[in-house]
Amino acid sequence: MKILVCISKSPDTTAKIAFTDNNTKFATAGVQWIINPYDEWYALVRAIELKEKDSSVVLHLVTVAGADTEPVIRKALALGGDEAIRVNADSQDSFYIASQIAEIARQGGYDLVFTGKETIDYNGSSVGGMVAELLSLPYVAQATHFELNGNTATITREIEGGEEVCEANTPVVVSCQKGMAEARIPNMRGIMAARTKPLKVVEPVAADSLTSIVNFELPPAKAGVKLIPADDPGELIRLLHEEAKVI
Amino acid sequence: MSVLIFIDQSEGHIKKASLEALCYGSKLAEQIGMQAEGIVLGSVQDDLPALGQYGVKKIHHVSDPQLDHLDAQVFTNVIAQAVQATGAKIIVFANNADGKTIAPRLSARLKAALVAGAIALPDAANGFVVKKSVFSGKAFANIALNTEIKIIALNANSFPAAASGNAKAEIIPFKATIDATKVKVISTNMVKGEVPLSEAEVVVSGGRGLKGPENWGMIEELAKLLGAATACSRPVADTHWRPHHEHVGQTGLAIAPNLYIAIGISGAIQHLAGVNRSKTIVVINKDPEAPFFKAADYGIVGDAFEVVPKIIEEVKKLKGVA
Ligand SMILES: Cc1cc2nc3c(=O)[nH]c(=O)nc-3n(C[C@H](O)[C@H](O)[C@H](O)COP(=O)(O)OP(=O)(O)OC[C@H]3O[C@@H](n4cnc5c(N)ncnc54)[C@H](O)[C@@H]3O)c2cc1C
Ligand SMILES: Nc1ncnc2c1ncn2[C@@H]1O[C@H](COP(=O)(O)O)[C@@H](O)[C@H]1O
Repeated sequence: MKILVCISKSPDTTAKIAFTDNNTKFATAGVQWIINPYDEWYALVRAIELKEKDSSVVLHLVTVAGADTEPVIRKALALGGDEAIRVNADSQDSFYIASQIAEIARQGGYDLVFTGKETIDYNGSSVGGMVAELLSLPYVAQATHFELNGNTATITREIEGGEEVCEANTPVVVSCQKGMAEARIPNMRGIMAARTKPLKVVEPVAADSLTSIVNFELPPAKAGVKLIPADDPGELIRLLHEEAKVI
Repeated sequence: MSVLIFIDQSEGHIKKASLEALCYGSKLAEQIGMQAEGIVLGSVQDDLPALGQYGVKKIHHVSDPQLDHLDAQVFTNVIAQAVQATGAKIIVFANNADGKTIAPRLSARLKAALVAGAIALPDAANGFVVKKSVFSGKAFANIALNTEIKIIALNANSFPAAASGNAKAEIIPFKATIDATKVKVISTNMVKGEVPLSEAEVVVSGGRGLKGPENWGMIEELAKLLGAATACSRPVADTHWRPHHEHVGQTGLAIAPNLYIAIGISGAIQHLAGVNRSKTIVVINKDPEAPFFKAADYGIVGDAFEVVPKIIEEVKKLKGVA
């Protein structure tokens, strides 16, 4: 049983969002990078749990990123996993990234490919589906539960107003979100072990980029809050009805 | 040449997000001189021709009941056939659970650029640039789609779904090759009687300030009166006061209702990230320094346990409920 978990980096959730170079680039100065929370808390931890249940499981991590991402991927290895592969390319196009991951997955012959639900910076929620299509594998997105029985996976996915339980045979690609697992923090032993785990660097294969970022914008500032006295909630309801027209 | 809009259905009913996608796609088609067409898969109970009110002229229907449940691989294959048959140049999805599952696959299949999370019509004058929400709603990016065929997945509540006139769409049965399903749906569990959070126009949300799950009665009552969905902050879901699917924010659901009422929530940056695209934000918090007030349109500084029951009475008066 071989599992591949896709790990991306994202700015810390408290990072100030600002742009440089005429609003064409994210201002990275002083930004703390973390493992994208969906990749860490749900995809990676669920894969580690599967490995803990069955020690024959081989768990690999893959990231498509420049060398500056290595501390992030080491942190992921400190949580668990046998080795990491970094595809040495810095791209923001989902199809380009998916093409690289698909190539790694093809070569490694994985039974399960886990991604996060989405990256919290780009919010594409796209890479997993693209990888699945490139590999002609079934895909379940936004999974909240994942159980494996032999080569049958039982997966719960979130849908509008409820959930759907489905079954698919491995190999399968799954994008993971809250519910899959409980977040963990790396322990000292894991951190020490991660230092010597293999982190392979491979060069990207030729692939197209289908999109490009023209520029970024910040939302217009709020006009400021209108405070209503606590003893006059009727005024709030009046404003919501007559001024904002939302009720 | 056409704009092809995927019409998403669940148990035979068209999803609200698809009505928004239909209006968006129709408007886009009008803007660039194309025809708006829809595609719907599986058995449908709703009145399909009536969707003409949302601007769509033709709807291709593949009624095979094998398509009643989503298998993204099978759906992608069918939609790809429809794209070819109709010569569609732009395909529009709602960026909901099904859209997020199918659109990326179709993008890889057709090598068609995808923007997921679009919030506005494209700027087609200079290339083809679509604005999308990034950094969990803290910023926007303008994305150029650099391929001949383009795919747009529209965020919920970004484009109004307004019916107009009484035009009927022409329903065209579409014959497609349908592969064997590899993802088999075992069961569907819907939360009955509640407005789905992702589709709600009004959301009433509670945080740790409410002290415990036993105090959610007033949140639910207010939500019911307003036809709203209920939501909560992350620690509230983490401590199981409320179900996980109600958790909004950077690591929960990102929502953009017309009205978001936050009660006893401090307004941490990760919470704001998931709700700050709401059109109107009301904050009720006993701490005048709570960061949420900076992101609010209306606020009441006060104790939720005193203020919310009074608000409920006022809403009852407005709605004429005894
Ligand atoms: C990586 C990361 C991701 C995160 N993602 C999310 C996310 O997606 N969503 C999310 O919500 N959080 C998220 N968080 C957590 C976030 O930082 C906050 O801890 C959380 O939002 C706080 O929840 P709260 O406002 O309910 O509780 P608190 O911060 O405890 O605030 C309670 C508020 O209630 C007020 N209050 C108390 N009593 C009353 C009363 N009687 N009447 C009125 N008001 C009262 C208080 O003044 C206070 O402002 C994340 C954190 C991290 C580190
Ligand atoms: N550069 C990357 N390297 C490895 N995995 C990635 C990368 N970008 C995205 N992913 C994976 O794909 C998921 C969805 O990303 P996105 O489509 O950008 O929202 C993420 O949660 C990751 O698991």
